[in-house]
Amino acid sequence: MSVVEQVKIVTKEQLKNDIFKFTIQSEKMSNEALPGQFLEIRVNNDIEPFLRRPISIHKINKEKNELEFIFQVKGKGTEILANKEVNDKISIIGPLGKGNFQFENYKNISIIGGGIGIFPLYELARQASQNANITTYLGFRNKDFVVLEDEFSKVSNQLVITTDDGSYQKSGFAINYLKADCEKQKPDCIYACGPLPMLKAVRDFANEMNIPAQVSLEERMGCGIGICLGCAVKDKHAEGYKHVCKDGPVFDVNDVEF
Amino acid sequence: MKTEINFAGIQMKNPVTVASGTFGYGREMAEYIDLSKLGAIITKGTFLKPRAGNKSPRVCETASGMMNAIGLENPGIEHFAEEDLPWLKQFGTPIILNVGASSLDEYVEVCRFANKLDIDAVELNLSCPNVHAGCMAFGVSYEGVKEATSAVRKVLDKPLIVKLTPNVTDITLPAKGAEDAGADAVSAINTVLAMKIDVKRRKPILANNTGGLSGPAIKPIGVRMVYQIAQKIKIPVIGLGGIVTGEDAVEYMLAGAKCVSIGCGNFIDPATSLNVIEQIEEYMKENKVEDINEIIGGVTMN
Repeated sequence: MSVVEQVKIVTKEQLKNDIFKFTIQSEKMSNEALPGQFLEIRVNNDIEPFLRRPISIHKINKEKNELEFIFQVKGKGTEILANKEVNDKISIIGPLGKGNFQFENYKNISIIGGGIGIFPLYELARQASQNANITTYLGFRNKDFVVLEDEFSKVSNQLVITTDDGSYQKSGFAINYLKADCEKQKPDCIYACGPLPMLKAVRDFANEMNIPAQVSLEERMGCGIGICLGCAVKDKHAEGYKHVCKDGPVFDVNDVEF
Repeated sequence: MKTEINFAGIQMKNPVTVASGTFGYGREMAEYIDLSKLGAIITKGTFLKPRAGNKSPRVCETASGMMNAIGLENPGIEHFAEEDLPWLKQFGTPIILNVGASSLDEYVEVCRFANKLDIDAVELNLSCPNVHAGCMAFGVSYEGVKEATSAVRKVLDKPLIVKLTPNVTDITLPAKGAEDAGADAVSAINTVLAMKIDVKRRKPILANNTGGLSGPAIKPIGVRMVYQIAQKIKIPVIGLGGIVTGEDAVEYMLAGAKCVSIGCGNFIDPATSLNVIEQIEEYMKENKVEDINEIIGGVTMN
């Protein structure tokens, strides 16, 4: 069950120029949250900007009743959010999404994220790493965009960082390193979040190699709770659509068209 | 203090309803709010058969509002009758089924089906801007509204509400068409036809290119149109378009609406409708209004 709550911001950290990490306190939300779920955040109590912002959960801390989320400032909504301070309260609906990452039965998993798509993958890696061997591939545009390297290295058995221009660590797209490794040893499942071309490449490769794969999708949302039917994504098994907010955001790559 | 109203024969505990397409069939909202507190629930637009709706993107944000081109995705009236209606009945709140169709025959068929159901009224959607056949094609003229309303009236014994589009020069004409054909009420306004362009891609943001604008941005248009309609016809009006506060609701009622609907306000906070009810009560206390019916049409022109 998700709830609507006024929650307190307990920490705020600027990871990069335009990337912020907030920790919020909510017993109900942290107890319910699962890897891959998201929050709908109202950045102020005004009618401008009008809609909430869907932002993925980065880390779940049940002991401290806290959730962390990371976002990039992209427009006026996220700019207002970035200007909030510790002890400010914000209205959040969460945790949302019924499709979350499924990982319980796997022993060897590969995780691939691109750019700001890496944030929801952290909690998956953290939880899955308790029982599975994790190889994580994180791709960034260049060295200035690299974030969370230490965090991911702690929850991964191997961590591969790539930059498109080779300015930090390995050069080129993360998917190419994942492919090379998977061809040597097939993982039980691949998990991906990031730009659409990356997700499509993961889907095609996973299908070619016959490896199960799950992706976290993004779509423009109105409500985030399944009433406006805005975030439609074509269902591969039936006539009609699934909805990213209530059926996802995580889907098996072969359940929806993207 | 009395907040009860009798709307076209439907007894409501307060004048606040939720607008079609912004509340589903109530299930998702029941996780957050007590549906028994609402004046009435107006369902998602329902057709004879399931409809898939439009491609994404279907929604986008605009200044003090949003646009949508969902394309009336819905599970069809059989699904509503079997799965949703029995569940909704537990709350004891009046249920108004919003009916959509792609042809006159389909409107009649859905209403024939609806007439057998345990619902309180039908709201006829003659105003959706996002489907290519039916709906708004009827809604834009006196004759079109009269024709569709008359056809449905013949098979429907329940109260009939006609939802009007603002995408016309003179909204009092379709409103009069509804009244003359025997409608029990009208609701105004549906969304305003609009477009938003992504300047980098030089393409409209919505896959449907155009969509319906809603939210506080359109409220003054809605208030003006409700006022004009209320001057022209005798049947009651549901006022909607951009209501997110009790004050917004009172504005519509002063303009002549007998009750109001909360639309995309439900998206920004699931409790918006309940907050509006409380805020109307506060307004009544502060302004010594004993009976909410006193304020309907109470505006005095300059």
